[in-house]
Amino acid sequence: MNRSRALVATALLIGQSGTTYAETPMSYWHTYGPAGYPLTQLGWGLGIISIVVLAVIAVLLLGAVSHERTRRASDDTQLAVGREGGGMGWIYIGTGITTVVLIACMGWTLSISASVVHPPSRPALTVQVIASQWWWGLKYTSADSSRTFITANEIHVPVGQPVRFEVSSTDVIHSFWVPQLGGKMDVIPGQTNVTWLQADKPGIYRGQCAVFCGTEHARMALELIADSPREFRAWQDGQLRDTPLAASAAARAGQRVFQAHCAACHAIRGSDAAGILGPDLSHLMTRRTLAAGLLPNTPGNLAGWIADPQGLKPGAQMPDHLVSGPDLAAVVGYLSTLQ
Amino acid sequence: MAEVETFRAPLIARATDRSPSSQTLRRSWEGPGGIAGWLSSVDHKEIGKRYLVTAFLFLIIGGLEAAVMRAQLAQPNGHLLTSEQYSQLFTMHGVTMIFLYALPVLSGFSNYLWPLLLGSRDMAFPRLNALSYWVFLFAGIFLYVSFPLGKAPDGGWFNYVPYASRAYNPGPNIDVYALGMVLLGISTTVGSINFIVTLLRMRAPGMSINRVPILIWGTLSTSVANLFAVPAVSLAFFMLWMDRQFGTHFFDVSAGGQPLLWQHLFWMFGHPWVYAIVLPAMGIVSDGLPTFCRRPLVGYTPVALSTVAAMTLGFGVWVHHMFATGLPAIAMSYFSAASMIIVIPSAVAVFSWIATIWTGRPVFTSAFLFFAGFVLLFVIGGLSGFMTASVPVDLQLTHTYFIVAHLHYTIIGINVFPVVGGIFYWFPKFTGRLMNETLGKWTFWVMFIGFNVGFFPMHILGLAGMPRRIYTYPEGLGWGPLNLIVTLGSYLFAIGVLLFLVNVFVSLKRGKSAGDNPWDGPSLEWSTSSPPPVYNFAVIPTVASRYPLWEGRLNQSEDDRSSTQEGFLLDKGRETLGTTSLDAEPDVILKMPPNAYSPLLLALALAVLFVAALLHSWWLLGACLIGTLLASIAWLWPQRSLSQIET
Amino acid sequence: MVEVGVSRTVLPVGSKAHHASGWWGMLTVIATEATLFAYLLFSYFYIASHAVGAWPPHGMPKLSLAIPGTIMLVAGSVTMWWGERGIDRGNAVQLMIGLAISMVLGIVFILLEGVEWAGEPFHLASGVYSSLYFTITGFHLAHVVVGLLLLMILFVWTALRYFDANRHSAVSIGVLYWHFITIVWLAVFFTFYIAPRL
Repeated sequence: MNRSRALVATALLIGQSGTTYAETPMSYWHTYGPAGYPLTQLGWGLGIISIVVLAVIAVLLLGAVSHERTRRASDDTQLAVGREGGGMGWIYIGTGITTVVLIACMGWTLSISASVVHPPSRPALTVQVIASQWWWGLKYTSADSSRTFITANEIHVPVGQPVRFEVSSTDVIHSFWVPQLGGKMDVIPGQTNVTWLQADKPGIYRGQCAVFCGTEHARMALELIADSPREFRAWQDGQLRDTPLAASAAARAGQRVFQAHCAACHAIRGSDAAGILGPDLSHLMTRRTLAAGLLPNTPGNLAGWIADPQGLKPGAQMPDHLVSGPDLAAVVGYLSTLQ
Repeated sequence: MAEVETFRAPLIARATDRSPSSQTLRRSWEGPGGIAGWLSSVDHKEIGKRYLVTAFLFLIIGGLEAAVMRAQLAQPNGHLLTSEQYSQLFTMHGVTMIFLYALPVLSGFSNYLWPLLLGSRDMAFPRLNALSYWVFLFAGIFLYVSFPLGKAPDGGWFNYVPYASRAYNPGPNIDVYALGMVLLGISTTVGSINFIVTLLRMRAPGMSINRVPILIWGTLSTSVANLFAVPAVSLAFFMLWMDRQFGTHFFDVSAGGQPLLWQHLFWMFGHPWVYAIVLPAMGIVSDGLPTFCRRPLVGYTPVALSTVAAMTLGFGVWVHHMFATGLPAIAMSYFSAASMIIVIPSAVAVFSWIATIWTGRPVFTSAFLFFAGFVLLFVIGGLSGFMTASVPVDLQLTHTYFIVAHLHYTIIGINVFPVVGGIFYWFPKFTGRLMNETLGKWTFWVMFIGFNVGFFPMHILGLAGMPRRIYTYPEGLGWGPLNLIVTLGSYLFAIGVLLFLVNVFVSLKRGKSAGDNPWDGPSLEWSTSSPPPVYNFAVIPTVASRYPLWEGRLNQSEDDRSSTQEGFLLDKGRETLGTTSLDAEPDVILKMPPNAYSPLLLALALAVLFVAALLHSWWLLGACLIGTLLASIAWLWPQRSLSQIET
Repeated sequence: MVEVGVSRTVLPVGSKAHHASGWWGMLTVIATEATLFAYLLFSYFYIASHAVGAWPPHGMPKLSLAIPGTIMLVAGSVTMWWGERGIDRGNAVQLMIGLAISMVLGIVFILLEGVEWAGEPFHLASGVYSSLYFTITGFHLAHVVVGLLLLMILFVWTALRYFDANRHSAVSIGVLYWHFITIVWLAVFFTFYIAPRL
């Protein structure tokens, strides 16, 4: 019962053309960009071939087991044949057809492989993805070095344009994967792997680390948001803008708390906080989620995360009890100003 | 002192188990009873049974680990287990099933059956046989002692670096895994050596290479492959252990080490290994199905060749576990193509089995049901593998539950189902009793339905984007309902396994008496009593075809028949016949060793040596090295009784 | 039991040269150990091919000790072959001399290796090259030590007059093993000392 509900939901998702963040945001029955279409097409093709082959084998097996055989009275101990041999036709025909299908699929695979190696046009931008145990650092580079900036966990891309991703790791092996846009690329320390994605429909695409990387591997998600060109430019400008100076006394108090307890790991551009061990928190309020896709970004969740990260993501590198009481309220207030 | 013979023209006799000569044989081959006999036994049948029992124990333990994991995953945000507990469970589940169950259970069948199938009185190296079992047992214990201490390996069975390096995993967990695997590798290697030399030397006269049962081809391919595959993983674990204890830099990125070196070495072993754990099981089906289809296997030669081909090609596809690592496209294309080609030998076997059933006349025993059901599961597992062979598709499928589905269809479908069928088939031969057929049929359906309900949805979960090795997942991703179904299905499958075990225990006590050949099978093991006498054959059989016991009914010429009644007697102590490699012509009279403690002592010395290494107790390690040396020298010391020396 | 007759073929009994199961067993041991060295050398070449900067990082390994060491092992194989020829004809003394000389040559090899190790400007944990160097040559050294123990045992068994022209399969097996470690050394020598110079 539940299974058919899930299947119906999936079918609806496939049928829908607008929303991308429906009931199964990680499924790739249907993908939304040229890095994904060929994979999906080929996947469907091989899948359908597989189902057909399975059906044929099942029919043959059932037939083999149950088809009529002439029975003689003394049959029970007798053998079914009088000599060794016979039946070879099955092997020749079956293996022959299998071989032809395999070779065809090999050829199809090679052509699809070739078509996804390079993006359809020159990448509009390059994003460096620096994976760490259990979050994603992001560095937006540009030919114009004044337009380089660092953020974390939420990737923005302009819709309809290829984006090049250079992925590396600060610690162990991770895997960068946004299923509705394309295949995975493992993130291996000591080398930089390169991949590309393109989102042809605006929306929010969920990603998740796909290689076991330790305690909170299960909670290392990310969001990739495809903006219209204008929205993307606005987002970029927003990230590049200096952090507004803390205006109110409360905010300044919060900033002092931040500097004392958080700046060792976190950076906020435009302030004295320059830690690199944890995610860059500049413009934190522009992000939809906290803790690598774990929680929606609300003041309540932010306070809860700061007060007790171990309760929400046990094993995370951020210790418990960094701040509490009035300090907690102050720092949350300060962070809430980081638009 | 009696002269040690150099040459003999052996006596040819006609004898049965009741002949006086068989009493002589029984006295020569029977060891002491009691604990002494148990600890010093080198009897392949005894060792085979131990392998089977121990492997099944590990199967149950691995299954319990899975059951707990499935309870955790049945719903989103499960909080039955912490992440670390889950990591230890999924790691040990993999290690247990893949290393401590899947190959040892097949070693169990092969150890028990090979000499009987080949017409010999024992394996080539009976003491080495005992050693391989003891080392396996001690390696399993070594790995598991860590569990109650909460220090079980926790980096996944594939144990990727750098996560497995000391910087990210400072406790002893990974050291237990590394050393345990090197120790286990010794067992696997010596076991493989035994099978290879036995096959080359110990077949009955007339059993040319194209007459041996397919189980022999399967285990032989596996054994040859293990010689070339096991060193890769032993080396990888040794290098990791060195990095962790002594600060070497094989996998240390900051000093020029390469994390992908681990993956290459691991999978150069790992891929051949997955063929090693299924090819003998496929052989069980290829040998058992004919009995229950009342006809010889269709296409013996293609199937035998496809066994060797699959194993050989299995060495050329390892990179398909690494398609997402950013390797050059050309290299990946080669491995992708090879991974498709390797389907072909499997197709040969599948069509052979279907043809055998179709052109034969099925006898619907429990064993038959497991063998027939296996064909369907084999094809499903093979098809999901075929899909992942394509690099572009694999970039989505890899690291997801689609792969979990694939690996379980292949391992449970192609190993567990034939093993259970094989037990139904050979239980009468091992014990002299039949298993309960009614319960057996229920067991098959519960296992078959439970397995498919439990594991087929994993394909869909994988396509829905659920990654592997996650201890929990949030609401809203659509993974909850299918995970619940998977959990329930897998529990149903577990009930099926339980029914099977109940059947085994009850039948041991109260099964119907079986007789020599309850299924009217064609191969040599069915010519002995059930269970066989300790010396296997009253005379060394001579073989004239692939199906010695069916010759009268298969148009075999009258003057060219196999014989289990007349042959070399070889009753001067523990003796059996050595024959030439290809055509199995009599070549040498081999003297077999009596019961011995040296295998157990050597295994103990090795096990303690590895414990010493784990604990950094270097004096103890040195002492164990000396112990190992002394045990080996005692073992190899030439003996008159083995005609190794004259004086 | 009914005696039907006596076989027309006369068969050897027990361990005799290539009829000995142990000889076949040693072949399989060599196959698996050779494969171990193949994977070790693969690891070396894999890491070398990814190396950044000079390789070998400490300059070309010197040949001054490695070449004499190589000669020791090759000569040891020759004397082993010569020793086995002796016992083939029943000459146990020739076998013992061959074993003794091979043992001495083996010990000299180990000493030369030890001197080379001590003189290296790096130690085990210095870097990835040193890790590979000491591990690979160390594995080979361990195999040589096992070989020496084997030769010693064979020497003792020869002295106890266990072997004659008919039966000396243990000697054949030991010779096989000794040739194996010589050939492995040639591969290791090529990898570390010759390949970087090509």
